[in-house]
Amino acid sequence: MRNDSLLTVEGLQTHFFTEEGVVRAVDGVTLSVRPGETLGLVGESGCGKTVTALSILRLIPDPPGRIVGGTISFDGRDLLRLPEEEIRKIRGSSISMIFQEPMTSLNPVFTVGEQVAEGIRHHQKVSRREAWDRAIEGLRRVKIADPVRRVREYPHQLSGGMRQRVMIAMALALGPRLLIADEPTTALDVTIQAQILELLLGLQEEMKMAVMLITHDLGVIAETADRVLVMYAGRVVEEAVVKDLFDNPLHPYTQGLLESLPRLEAGKGGRRLTAIPGLVPNLLELPVGCKFAPRCSKAVGECWPTEPELREIRPGHWARCILA
Amino acid sequence: MEPLLVVKDLKKYFPVKKGIFFGERAELRAVDGVSFEIRRGETMGLVGESGCGKSTTARLILRLLEPTAGEVYFGKTAVFTANKEEMRQLRRKLQIVFQDPYSSLDPRMSVEEIVGEGLTIHRLAKGKEKSERVAELLEMVGLGREHLGRYPHEFSGGQRQRIGIARALAVGPELLIADEPVSALDVSIQAQVINLFEDLQKELGLTYLFIAHDLRVVKHISDRVAVMYLGQIVELTESDELYRNPLHPYTQALMSAIPAADPRPKGRRMVLEGDPLSPIHIPSGCRFHPRCPKRFDRCDKEEPVLREVSAGHWVSCHLY
Repeated sequence: MRNDSLLTVEGLQTHFFTEEGVVRAVDGVTLSVRPGETLGLVGESGCGKTVTALSILRLIPDPPGRIVGGTISFDGRDLLRLPEEEIRKIRGSSISMIFQEPMTSLNPVFTVGEQVAEGIRHHQKVSRREAWDRAIEGLRRVKIADPVRRVREYPHQLSGGMRQRVMIAMALALGPRLLIADEPTTALDVTIQAQILELLLGLQEEMKMAVMLITHDLGVIAETADRVLVMYAGRVVEEAVVKDLFDNPLHPYTQGLLESLPRLEAGKGGRRLTAIPGLVPNLLELPVGCKFAPRCSKAVGECWPTEPELREIRPGHWARCILA
Repeated sequence: MEPLLVVKDLKKYFPVKKGIFFGERAELRAVDGVSFEIRRGETMGLVGESGCGKSTTARLILRLLEPTAGEVYFGKTAVFTANKEEMRQLRRKLQIVFQDPYSSLDPRMSVEEIVGEGLTIHRLAKGKEKSERVAELLEMVGLGREHLGRYPHEFSGGQRQRIGIARALAVGPELLIADEPVSALDVSIQAQVINLFEDLQKELGLTYLFIAHDLRVVKHISDRVAVMYLGQIVELTESDELYRNPLHPYTQALMSAIPAADPRPKGRRMVLEGDPLSPIHIPSGCRFHPRCPKRFDRCDKEEPVLREVSAGHWVSCHLY
């Protein structure tokens, strides 16, 4: 693992102990984020991408969840060994997170100004007046028109795109070095999604922060990420710089995902979509060997008994497949 | 060719309260003068962002909502003035598949009951014959007879959507309205369900009205596409033509906002300013003008009409 990383996660295992059995939501994830880069985490529901993010901030509800293995180090500190008080100082200041649904992450009974200012005062000893002024500055930075008026409004008075801008303002108020964005545009209309992504990329450049972008949308990944991790069933199945991943996907799951997307340029009836057969896997009934084998069109005998390792096939391009 | 469905100047206004006092009233113009036709056997796509009126249009066609004005003809039957017997027939011939496969299936009913309900209501089959027919329908949508006695919670999202499709097909519809049928599904499952829609159309000669916010999906499955903005159709044409030659600035922006699934130089797209407007405060003139990068002096004064600017290509914009 490189030592120039801002964040290093090694062999992370986060399991949920439920009545039906142990759900291994994240089972051996290794990743690193370098200062200023955008790392994309892509996968379908239940692949472990959100649980990975929540584990980094130690926000896994316990019980039923628990981080049972691995290490997470941020800026040289081992996050898993920090006392609760210390991790609380990191959350929202050096590492921030924004979520998919801005309406449920904002408190409906406080104005947006109060909420942005509260976050600032939680971490820094500043006067109410100054926190309020910085909240207005924050709204201006995320390009909300007329911030002096908007700062006194309640979340329900804002549109979805505007609420997501407020969330971003809150997350960036203290100048984090890492922003974790979990499906930040999924609930938004496509024209608003374009605005928010452009805003995020601009702010990242301006503030020189790293972004971990979690999404199910390969298009969003292609447009924003520098490097990409593809996750399946709690594991990383492929890792590459974005261009290599799209030009030359090595794992059959990644190939399947790319082929199953409808393309604008193809005419009707021109191309039948190549669907990945079967279902998104049930984490309680995973096969012993390669977790993707039951849905894989290229699976051979050796895929079943033992799980393949994540191997570096070409410099910087890793895949968990014996055929790669 | 005789169109299967004709929609003429359809309108639906909802009353909304404006202030807290004085009972001030305002109107939400969800659908505001929509006209189009669907030919037998084709797939018409309806695309637009949230609040553009696409789902309301679907509900009006099915008469699940009463219209404020306008007409809908299914074949020769006028839907809004149909009598009870005509309505019974229409309910068979027009079916809908909903977006959310979790809330659109009754959790207390078995798959056999869900899919077979229409057969009973329309007295199409009963007893053993009904079970047999339901089993056939399940096989047609890629499930099996072993699923007959199971309940919705035992299925994944994609499988539930297949159950919803089987339910719609049970009564032998001619027009199937699909309202965001794949947007709640994972990418790998989306492709399976889209392929299923295509296969069923070939097999059964169905006509589709396919509603979605994802232009990629709509473009893929549709013969023709209508783009809606604030309750109106702003552009309507063949789906290939819409992709090659989008005329309305809103269509151009929608097209450019779609993240392409290959990495390209960043920041090359046309990003629209502002939020989608509210259907309560409709701007004067062209309703898109406050967000339009190509607006000129005529746009905030005069409302454009949907005109055929080249064969089969309709657009509502003063630029053409």
